[in-house]
Amino acid sequence: MQVDLFITCLNDALFPTTGLAMATLLERLGHTVRFTEAQTCCGQMHFNTGYQSEALGLVRKFVRDFEHAEVVVAPSGSCVAFVRDLYPKAAEWAGDTELHAQVLELGKRTFELSEFLVRVLGVTDVGAYYPHRVTYHPTCHAARLLRVGDAPLELLRNVRGLTLEPLGAPEQCCGFGGTFSVKNHETSTAMLADKVQNVLATHAEVCTAGDNSCLMHIGGGLARLRSGTGVVHLAEILASVEEGNGQNLGPARVSAEALL
Amino acid sequence: MSAGGIRPPRPFPEAAHDALKDSQMRRNLRHATGTIRTKRLRAVAELPDWEALRTQAAATKDAAMRNLAEHLLTLETSVKRAGGQVHWARDAAEARTIVTDIAAAHAAREVIKVKSITSDEIELNSALEAAGIGVVETDLAELIVQLAGDAPSHILVPAIHKNRAEIRDLFRRRLGAELLTDEPAALAEAARVYLREKFLSATVAVSGANFAVAETGTVCVVESEGNGRMCLTLPDVLISIMGIEKVLPNWEDMAVFMRVLPRSSTAERMNPYTSFWTGVREGDGPREFHLVLLDNGRTDVLADEVGRQTLRCIRCSACLNVCPVYERTGGHAYGSVYPGPIGAILTPQLLKLEDDNANTLPWASSLCGACYDACPVKINIPEVLIHLRGKITDHKPLGVEGVAMKTAAWVFGEPHRFEGAIKLARLGQGPLVKQGAIHALPGLLAGWTDSRDLPAFPQQSFRELWRARKAGEEQ
Repeated sequence: MQVDLFITCLNDALFPTTGLAMATLLERLGHTVRFTEAQTCCGQMHFNTGYQSEALGLVRKFVRDFEHAEVVVAPSGSCVAFVRDLYPKAAEWAGDTELHAQVLELGKRTFELSEFLVRVLGVTDVGAYYPHRVTYHPTCHAARLLRVGDAPLELLRNVRGLTLEPLGAPEQCCGFGGTFSVKNHETSTAMLADKVQNVLATHAEVCTAGDNSCLMHIGGGLARLRSGTGVVHLAEILASVEEGNGQNLGPARVSAEALL
Repeated sequence: MSAGGIRPPRPFPEAAHDALKDSQMRRNLRHATGTIRTKRLRAVAELPDWEALRTQAAATKDAAMRNLAEHLLTLETSVKRAGGQVHWARDAAEARTIVTDIAAAHAAREVIKVKSITSDEIELNSALEAAGIGVVETDLAELIVQLAGDAPSHILVPAIHKNRAEIRDLFRRRLGAELLTDEPAALAEAARVYLREKFLSATVAVSGANFAVAETGTVCVVESEGNGRMCLTLPDVLISIMGIEKVLPNWEDMAVFMRVLPRSSTAERMNPYTSFWTGVREGDGPREFHLVLLDNGRTDVLADEVGRQTLRCIRCSACLNVCPVYERTGGHAYGSVYPGPIGAILTPQLLKLEDDNANTLPWASSLCGACYDACPVKINIPEVLIHLRGKITDHKPLGVEGVAMKTAAWVFGEPHRFEGAIKLARLGQGPLVKQGAIHALPGLLAGWTDSRDLPAFPQQSFRELWRARKAGEEQ
């Protein structure tokens, strides 16, 4: 299959390894990947913070950037949920019926990585090797808007060497919420405190999830506490194999060089 | 502390700052919401057609709202036909005057109340007290809040922020009860002894209304304790205050709510005390019945195509119990008798988006979506929150945040601008980065690094790495 990668602005700027891991993984499974450099940001931050006319420009841009794609796959439940769930609302609120039809159509071809692997490709064993103790946080938008359900867990259970530790109160939000984390930073931190407590209670080396925004939040808290527990995106775990990049692995992270 | 109302005295982040430090409240709420969450899930899982019931409940409310004016006029006619009187109140002040005048006309020195958040919305108690009329709350939790001089912090369980030990101390102090233990049965008995005498001596009662049936003029109150039933049947005069959105055209429409409300609110299969009454009847119940129909901003909510779903709310409080923000800040931080996710959309809308403090409430959410999943009438609370954020932002003067957001949108508009911005950030972050991470940020972003590190921008962005990868493949 020809897969168009939607890397997302956050991953492009701050977590490029995740994008490379997703590309490597999809190629390993026999698919052709394409990255169009025109892409930037889906507009979620603007829309959800209240800057909806600014977001609308980015919605239209996303449609232009991906209208010819067979499928669009992103390593972010939140950005995909925004495209699928809120793009139609954005178009509706703007009274743009043509855009509404376009985003509904594009939404059907846009997937979060784990649901693409399990639901679209029907793959649960991607041949990964990751000899670490891992806990998984189901991010809110992947769980409640995309309903990815157990797809990420199925993938993790089939990773060789990986010990999966169940997370307590998994359905509770980590407190990120985009600009919520700065506008209501104290409430956000109170939510994070409980999430961090649950992560640490698993004694896992790393916490994984399908979204680097939530992981940036959880990881930021774990790092501030010098807890020694790290975070790593699901794509990076799934991209890891025993042969090849094994010796380049740090304690938990895949190096960008290994994926090039 | 004010005894109610819907005008928050300060912005949400400020109120949350204090609330988050209250370790006793945090513990009480964690325990209470955690317990009810588990029970609700169990109660809902028993019904295989739960999703269909939610859809039906939402559609029923929407249909009723489409012809709201017509149903209200029918209700008025039916209530009058059954011997009741109907009063229309445009706002809280009008409603307060109507109720106070009726109580005064009967020379009431004290009124007893059925738990009613609508009466708290209009700050009825202080108006009655100012007119020299005493008020006795008969719902156990409302009584606790009243005796403590406190405000409700939950729609269904107004005293959820208090634990048994705190309540025992309060009853000892205010009721003179000789309580040796804080066992629930002992606490309930102390309240019962106090309230029984009130039920038998009061001549005027005030209630809210969960529903009203237009075709017959029947009003409904749903409660768990039976104290409401006492108020609705014993005194000579009954005054019920009802938000105009509570009307349903007919009895068929009532059925679905009797199924979804108890499971969503108290996690019960069936509600313990459901009272229906139609006007007045010789020799049974009150001799005089007044229905006060309250607008207080609801017509404006109805006029908003996205916001109007807020009026479907049946006050079950399931959204409060699942909300991670509510669980940590408690209800008082919202500064309104409508706290939690539903309060974050209802309060600012009732105030026509003109109250600066209430206008901070739509941002008091991480948009996690737990509230929408739990809502028995399918109010898409995250959608309304985002919609309100947009409306409020549109009417605000452009501040630092607005400039930053508009700049960011311009940057994201073209890939070369985005790439340039990443490179600029990589250079600019230099002084902030210590061993690969940022521990302190300035300005608007300082809130992040109060409790969290931030990874530094890496040496190469994805698009730079991707070009290198492509170049490698071609060689």
